[in-house]
Amino acid sequence: MAETRLMTINMGPQHPATHGVLRLVLELDGEIIVKATPHIGHLHRGVEKLAEARTYHQIIPLTDRLDYTNAMGNNLAYVLAVEKLLGIEVPKRAQYLRVMMAELQRLAAHLIWLGTHALDIGAMTLLFYNFREREEILRIFEEVAGGRLTPTYLRIGGVAKDLPEGIEGKIRSFVNAFPDHMKEYETLLTKNVIWLKRTKGVGIISKEDAINWGVTGPTLRGSGVKWDVRKAFPYSSYDEFEFDIPTGSTGDVYDRYYVRLREMEWSNSIVRQALDRLPKGPIMADDPKVALPPKEMVLTDIASLIRHFKIVSEGITPPRGEVYASVEASKGELGFYIVSDGSNRPLRMRIRPPSFLNLSALPKMIEGGLIADVISAIGSIDIVLGEIDR
Amino acid sequence: MLIDYLPILFYVAIAIFFACFAILASHLLGQRKPTRLKEAPYECGMNTYGSSFRRVPIKYYIIAMLFLLFDIEVVFLYPWAVIFKELKMFGFISMAIFLAILIIAYIYIWKKGALEWE
Amino acid sequence: MQVFYFLIETIIKCVVVFACLMLSVAYLTWLERKVLGHIQIRFGPNRCGPFGLLQPFSDGIKAFFKEDLIPGSADKPVFVLAPMIAIISAISMFAVIPFGNQFTLPGTDYVVKLRIADIDIGLLYVFGIASLGEFGIVLGGWASGNKYGLTGSLRAAAQMISYEVALGLSIVGVILLSQSLRLTEIVALQAGGFWHWNIIYQPAAFVFFIVCALAEINRTPFDMPEAESELACGFNIEYSSMKFALFFMAEYAHMITVASIAVTLFLGGWQAPLPFLEFIPGVFWFGAKVFILIFFFIWQRGTFPRLRYDQIMKFGWKVLFELTLINILITAFVMLLKG
Repeated sequence: MAETRLMTINMGPQHPATHGVLRLVLELDGEIIVKATPHIGHLHRGVEKLAEARTYHQIIPLTDRLDYTNAMGNNLAYVLAVEKLLGIEVPKRAQYLRVMMAELQRLAAHLIWLGTHALDIGAMTLLFYNFREREEILRIFEEVAGGRLTPTYLRIGGVAKDLPEGIEGKIRSFVNAFPDHMKEYETLLTKNVIWLKRTKGVGIISKEDAINWGVTGPTLRGSGVKWDVRKAFPYSSYDEFEFDIPTGSTGDVYDRYYVRLREMEWSNSIVRQALDRLPKGPIMADDPKVALPPKEMVLTDIASLIRHFKIVSEGITPPRGEVYASVEASKGELGFYIVSDGSNRPLRMRIRPPSFLNLSALPKMIEGGLIADVISAIGSIDIVLGEIDR
Repeated sequence: MLIDYLPILFYVAIAIFFACFAILASHLLGQRKPTRLKEAPYECGMNTYGSSFRRVPIKYYIIAMLFLLFDIEVVFLYPWAVIFKELKMFGFISMAIFLAILIIAYIYIWKKGALEWE
Repeated sequence: MQVFYFLIETIIKCVVVFACLMLSVAYLTWLERKVLGHIQIRFGPNRCGPFGLLQPFSDGIKAFFKEDLIPGSADKPVFVLAPMIAIISAISMFAVIPFGNQFTLPGTDYVVKLRIADIDIGLLYVFGIASLGEFGIVLGGWASGNKYGLTGSLRAAAQMISYEVALGLSIVGVILLSQSLRLTEIVALQAGGFWHWNIIYQPAAFVFFIVCALAEINRTPFDMPEAESELACGFNIEYSSMKFALFFMAEYAHMITVASIAVTLFLGGWQAPLPFLEFIPGVFWFGAKVFILIFFFIWQRGTFPRLRYDQIMKFGWKVLFELTLINILITAFVMLLKG
């Protein structure tokens, strides 16, 4: 092979900074990126196909494992889609609990992003601070749902169980302490000259490009587009909460960083609002075809036992039809498109993962930059390969 | 005079001995079961494209040339600095002229863009 | 007879200094992990012995027994030679550094001077050997037959030679003041309290020196040749077993040596900071000062992100180079005025 001026190099799948198993094929002129091609599929598990062989309830744990940093948000998107298909109304308390958990999960997801992003750029200390706070969130999840990384807390028609005794105080103390922790992070990075040098004017994607590539979430808002599914199509009572959509201006790595930090503050505020105004009432929709009967009823009443058995073994049977529901997950718009043929399994389920579309815009951001810029750009779009490869 | 350098010789000999010993000992003590995959160059788990011994971008040569130029300047500065107190004004002016010439070259390469990377 | 004593003294000193340096390197790795651990709210090594004090030995023994891989695409002789060059030069640099005052052997009138060699071109020797050390890293990356290694070694070559110019210029001010390249004389001139130290007369030069030194020893924020998140370890990507350990030790030995040079040139070497503290041996003061500098190196590694390669090059050539030159001219000018 005749030697060309360009050097082709694999970055990933086994690379410390490609956030899992992303493989980028870079064509380099010295250290300058001439062409970048993302290759995906190293984490493909066939979630969409698996879903076709499972009842609607059994799919919920699968969604936990899509974007494993944002399990609650994934649950929410999926159950919203099924509820839309069924046409059932979720009680207010369950809606508030969902919002609270989704926002706590967003905080946890953004904490992982911040830690790994800073680590990629060389500031390794922040990662440990972030994981300290994330650990508290995961402990809350453990008490609430029983699981930490994959809590599978949401159910079709509501949530799995009500808040345990005393957890509200723990959530409140976390929420109260969090702004101080945010200050710690910002002291380390936001005004740090080296950090600014590495992130300002790097990995730029313009407003138009971002919209054309289908970029969503903080990556889109970093480019200055005020778009958030929570505001545009409020779901799960988000219209009752006060929050703002932070946006950037230039669409560089720093703007995306800044947008996410502000978003964390708002998430914290939403959790506090949900906690303050948490309504009383049931946590499951009152629909005998969807909701399981209470446990003591199952043990004492034959009709409830039969109902429990039917729902668990047969599952629910939504009417024929197609439905799309989306939420603002931590990475962007996460949507579930479900086709039902009237049986107890979806005929086809298609997931719109935000990371996949954000990743497709990566070459646009990094071509012409240096190797080091690739790292900061990958960190700033915050991809999770579990969701991209599904 | 030269006997001053004898301790350095001893010391460097110890260092060389240590380096050789370390390499040799690990060669003898460590297991060796090479396979084709183990011996392949690491490129994040994928097969590498082409050879790694390749032409290097001209940029690096320019930096090397600049280094040669300016490091010689540094070497000239050392003896000058040692006897500066005896040279007085004469030393200062002659070094200023020398530096001025170099600065002209420095401005030239700056303007030419030899110090840019994009 | 005199020559015989001299030989005995030299051999003992060489062996002791070498052993101490190697021990310091071992415990520097421990110290770095421990300090970084506590900065990052974790414990650092704490399983091998009390406070993990045996960790360096455990690592060393492990390194000897690991499989010694040489990649098929590597240039084998150079690949083996590179870590040796790195460690030899890192150790040898220490040979001219005066690490303590002299003392008389008890019961005799034989004077032992605490340094290995006292040569009149001490500083030139240090910089010469330091330049040799760069070959280790550059050749190591290149000979690996790996593109990440190649990129790392190219970065190393460009970065280190760029900062060597500024490093060389930053200490000219000190030479102007002390009129000597002999390190013992430079130390002797700083005797009598910290207000005689060169850092008081040359504060800017000290800052430049530390910045350049960080770039020379590839520490954050200048750890371009390694940059584990970009180049997956850069120049030592293909190294395993003791060859990797040699690179690792060379890096830490280099760190100690550079800190020692900074102490010798700017912080009064082994001299006590206050005259009434002179009863404490100079070796202690030397060690304490080196420790403070090294702690600073570790500290800023736990704090700062990494700069980008082109920014480092621009900073070296466009900022440091000029500032160091201006510093020299100002120093010379002030000396002229003072006569």
